[in-house]
Amino acid sequence: MIKLEKRPQPSKRWTFATPIVAVLLTMFFGGVLFAALGQDPLVTIRTIFFDPLFSEFAWFYRPQLLIKGAPLVLIAIGLSFGFRAGIWNIGAEGQYIVGAICGAAVGLAFYPMESFIILPLMVVAGALGGLLWAMIPGLLRVKFGTNEILVSLMLVYVAEQLLASMALGALRNPEGMGFPGSRNLAQYPSATSWINQSAGMHWGVVTALIAVIFAYIALSRHIFGFNVRLSGQSPRAARFAGVNPGRLILICMGISGTLAGLAGLFEVAGPAGQVSIDFNVGYGFTAIIVAFLGRLHPVGILLAGGLMALTYIGGEIAQSNLGLPIAAIQILQGMLLFFLLAVDVLTNYRITLARKAH
Amino acid sequence: MDLSSINPVLLLASLMVAATPIMLAAIGELVVERAGVLNLGVEGMMITGAVCGFVVAVGTNSPWIGFAGAALGGALISLIFGFLTQFLLSNQVATGLALTLFGLGLSALMGQGYIGIKAPAFPDWYIPVLGDIPVIGPIIFQHDPMVYVGLALVAAVWGFLRYSRAGLILRAVGENHEAAHALGYHVVRVRMLAIMFGGACAGLGGAYLSLVRVPQWTEGMTAGAGWIALAIVVFASWRPGRLLLGAYLFGGVTVLQLNLQAAGAAIAVEYLSMAPYLATIAVLVIMRAGRAPGSLGQSFHASR
Repeated sequence: MIKLEKRPQPSKRWTFATPIVAVLLTMFFGGVLFAALGQDPLVTIRTIFFDPLFSEFAWFYRPQLLIKGAPLVLIAIGLSFGFRAGIWNIGAEGQYIVGAICGAAVGLAFYPMESFIILPLMVVAGALGGLLWAMIPGLLRVKFGTNEILVSLMLVYVAEQLLASMALGALRNPEGMGFPGSRNLAQYPSATSWINQSAGMHWGVVTALIAVIFAYIALSRHIFGFNVRLSGQSPRAARFAGVNPGRLILICMGISGTLAGLAGLFEVAGPAGQVSIDFNVGYGFTAIIVAFLGRLHPVGILLAGGLMALTYIGGEIAQSNLGLPIAAIQILQGMLLFFLLAVDVLTNYRITLARKAH
Repeated sequence: MDLSSINPVLLLASLMVAATPIMLAAIGELVVERAGVLNLGVEGMMITGAVCGFVVAVGTNSPWIGFAGAALGGALISLIFGFLTQFLLSNQVATGLALTLFGLGLSALMGQGYIGIKAPAFPDWYIPVLGDIPVIGPIIFQHDPMVYVGLALVAAVWGFLRYSRAGLILRAVGENHEAAHALGYHVVRVRMLAIMFGGACAGLGGAYLSLVRVPQWTEGMTAGAGWIALAIVVFASWRPGRLLLGAYLFGGVTVLQLNLQAAGAAIAVEYLSMAPYLATIAVLVIMRAGRAPGSLGQSFHASR
């Protein structure tokens, strides 16, 4: 009989190995799924995971990696603080939307003026938008003990309705001939977040890298990171150590909301270009997978964000070249999180074969 | 705006219908949480049930077999969650989220060929005598059978938890799994059964959306209903009686905002559509939840 035996300490080796094992398992069972859908599993896996990087058209896909990866990394870095401390902000998608709306609104208000100050102002507005949207569940949790999981998630649906209202109303392009959606910010030189469009470089990529570095320093070298980790592992010990739980909740929610809002702003002012009903594609939810796949570690999140961006791009290639339904990619991403959580048992437990004697 | 176009009898009657999917999903989750397991994957199980029910009902041309298929589909997908959290001791919050993400993808894939098809008709029950009572008849006694299945399930769960021995064991497992284990109860077995029941109920709730309420299949059609069901369980303080109240409250808000939209209210459609979600938040804030089951959300690992 197979038995689990708790390790005295989480295994270092398995902490690094589990994401890799999970990815391999996902590739294998993803292949089974693709075969069931009538595709050649090997070709499909190669198209999704290798073609964006190594095919003859890779020069076209590689910039996409930055475009898709930046928002994922940025949001996931923010989420990782809360997740470590046991604070579950799962409404990053809403904070992303509200950040985009606020930032875009500032940019559109200045149109058609040209000034170097416009983009920085938009960045501030985007960050504030995401921050405020995240403060709602944060404050309700601190003041009334309301469950932050449910509130932050409910606010995603509210934000989506707000987005629809903005795209059809207040922010609609007055010269858009009645079509929904705002002016294109990517074509407005003072407001665009693009640095070099053909290379996939925009300010969101830069911000994501800065966030990774700051998060690394905060978590490994700063007392704040220590408090976050302590609160997650032992809330009681954290209280005795003088950590104010309410403040920690607000700070963690604030960081994740701000970064999600920034991600939304950079997206809407660059790759997406305009505030439209469906400019959000679920990065806020996929970022949850990225955060876990990266083991809530900044460097891990950077790598995981790249991998997840790869599945997005590869999925699009597989859709256009092989006719693979895009929902299959969604399943693949869900599977990855399942396998990761499943394999994680090996980090904390040892498998022993016990005889069923006594 | 023409408020007189809103008929209070029809409003209350549609309230019962609007509350049913959330009630079904919530009563399942209530049992799961009373067993000490927090399954945040209700949304994923609901949407899986919605697509399974629809596919089976269209295939067999029978809504009843469709509902059975939905319950089976919901229970099967909840097994993934059960296996991961009970046997591999994974984090319940993260696993529940994964179940939702996975369910949304799976349902989109399964439902591909079914967009735009109409579900087979599921006629309302005509209950003689009771259905003929003025006002009360149309409100309570002229619905499709699933409305009453939902109510019966709530009553059954109430009786089960309160009076049956199995219900007592389930509550013991949820309150203190170490003690229940020490008494010789199979914590993991009880929890797996509870999780499957929760999955089946969520599946039924989802199928009610795709077979009765809408009635067709569209991607992401649950639109947060599973999360609202989770909120109702908290609102109900894990008690079936208050769950009924919560479900009708949310049914009421949903129906009222739809009626206001139809009546041409001065408020934009988008802001009216926010109402159910904002009401959920407001209720969570105002209503202090009672005490949660003692072992809620904790993994159980028998060391000996």
